[in-house]
Amino acid sequence: MIILELKDIYLHFGGIMALNGVSLDVREGEIFAIIGPNGAGKTSIFNCISGLYSPDRGQILYKGKEINRLSPFKRAQLGLARSFQNIELFRGMTVIDNLMLGRHIHMRTNLFTGGLWFGKARGEEIRHREIVEEIIDFLEIQDIRKKAVGTLAYGLQKRVELGRALALDPQVLLLDEPMAGMNAEETEDMARFILDINEERDVTVVLIEHDMGVVMDISDRICTLDFGERISMGKPAEIQADPKVIAAYLGEEEL
Amino acid sequence: MSLQQSGIFHETYKEDMAIFQTPFIKFWMAAFMVLLILFPWINKPLNALVNTNTLYLMNLIGIYIIGAHGLNILTGFTGQISLGHGAFMGVGAYASAILTVKVGIPFWFALPLAGLITALVGMVFGIPSLRLKGLYLAIATMAAQFIIGYAMRNWSTLTGGSTGIVVSSPSFFGISLGDDRSYYYLVYTLVIATTLYTKNLTRTRPGRAFVAIRDRYLAAEVIGVNVWLYRILSFGISSFLVGIAGSLWAHYVLVVNDEAFGIWLSVQYLAMIIIGGMGSVLGGIYGAVFMTLLPILLRIPEHALTQIYPGVFAIFQSMTEGVFGLIIILFLIFEPDGLAARWHTIKNYWKLWPFSY
Ligand SMILES: Nc1ncnc2c1ncn2[C@@H]1O[C@H](COP(=O)(O)OP(=O)(O)OP(=O)(O)O)[C@@H](O)[C@H]1O
Ligand SMILES: [Mg+2]
Repeated sequence: MIILELKDIYLHFGGIMALNGVSLDVREGEIFAIIGPNGAGKTSIFNCISGLYSPDRGQILYKGKEINRLSPFKRAQLGLARSFQNIELFRGMTVIDNLMLGRHIHMRTNLFTGGLWFGKARGEEIRHREIVEEIIDFLEIQDIRKKAVGTLAYGLQKRVELGRALALDPQVLLLDEPMAGMNAEETEDMARFILDINEERDVTVVLIEHDMGVVMDISDRICTLDFGERISMGKPAEIQADPKVIAAYLGEEEL
Repeated sequence: MSLQQSGIFHETYKEDMAIFQTPFIKFWMAAFMVLLILFPWINKPLNALVNTNTLYLMNLIGIYIIGAHGLNILTGFTGQISLGHGAFMGVGAYASAILTVKVGIPFWFALPLAGLITALVGMVFGIPSLRLKGLYLAIATMAAQFIIGYAMRNWSTLTGGSTGIVVSSPSFFGISLGDDRSYYYLVYTLVIATTLYTKNLTRTRPGRAFVAIRDRYLAAEVIGVNVWLYRILSFGISSFLVGIAGSLWAHYVLVVNDEAFGIWLSVQYLAMIIIGGMGSVLGGIYGAVFMTLLPILLRIPEHALTQIYPGVFAIFQSMTEGVFGLIIILFLIFEPDGLAARWHTIKNYWKLWPFSY
């Protein structure tokens, strides 16, 4: 089943066509990668899906329904979560608080119950704290749970941001270059987390990544972009063999 | 000297979430509470020392603490500046005065209603915050300040124009709360209630959403926070608190007119939370204490000198104002994070003493 579909999306900034009629479909349960050279329009696709940009033309369908006009927070409530290329954590807050914010859509505490604390609010805090702690254990970040996020090393911040997205309990997880700037070991950990999230938590993953080794290893299907246009889509082996892709992207590295 | 734990370990999340975490803190909190309760009975010597009615001062401080919590939620936690809180406090004061005097509702209903009315007014004037940020929002809220001020002066049928409205003291089951001492207990009951409310709010879901909006509103929206709603809610709850402060002020001073709620009061509120510590619940308390006490403390040397050289009174009066301004500027330069942050570093220093590097 197709869970997320883009139909003929156009997006421009001034004279730049960031997306030039892009169509793609993501199937439920798969790991779908979007690759392409710098400035190809990958992040723009994510921003359209999560509602930060609204495309000039085209449709975005989530579970068959058009979501073009929904504000970002509503899309999050529907089960779309993401991480950002330039980490967008709440830097002054602790890891726990960042993850608790990820639980926002699943909590009910309001200005009254929150202010009273005793009763509903405390019970809810404890319940969701348990879920958050479970994610902390899963991502192996127990020892930094009370640290302010801004003080953490880059690789750990990326992991915390993944945790925050995971706390939303999403059906589709959009990850924008989760391995960027990481060493080999951190990259390997991250790949393992993504696979676990996909397999054990049944989360569909859409991944933007420059590390070709990882992409070819873990993705079910790959879409290649260049200058805002989709130049191919298919299984890793097909993409690797596609001369257009090699010219646009892989070739760049090998030359 | 008591030995302190080297670190805090908790068995359950419930313990981990408690506000007062160690027995040490609990003890000092209890001692402080006892002092707070006894204060109206032991303040006489203090009165003579500083040459003022300290109970009156305490009541003013308490009222400002409630208002400062309100502004702190909006500015410190949600990151939306307001230069209209002076006027919002006025809305609370007028609402309470009109409700009790003209409508004839008892104070105990007028108090929360004044808060709700102020919340509504605050939310309406908070609508620009959906589009404006920073300085632009400051200007927009300053417009609220002037519009409300204008209404207070000129909507005479409702507000009594420049003469204002004379208000009476509340009574509690037949006991009049018309003297400083009984009003003190009313004010501080509400100070404690609103302080706990603010603390709880800021450590649960709505408070986290506020801070998320302050720090990165786009990321907040993407993880599912309805940023528009929370921006307006923050204006609402913030104005509610300052409206309560206004109502308390009205029934203490007993006459409400527009002069008390000018732009100067808005600036003072901002100064309170900046000096006390934005985004810290204790910050509102420190700021209200500091801003109320400073002019009084500056008057002590002035008073002493005037008795020796009566002629210099005029000079000193203007000098204290200058010193007041200077101290605030020095604070902003040397303590940009506010008194609450300073207190925090001092506390940590002693926790680790003598290994405090
Ligand atoms: N907010 C914006 N304002 C102006 N131009 C933008 C904006 N966002 C993206 N662009 C432009 O759109 C094009 C696509 O950008 P996008 O960020 O989607 O690329 P990308 O594939 O994610 O690149 P990278 O690999 O460097 O992250 C670029 O030319 C970029 O300069
Ligand atoms: Mg990008």
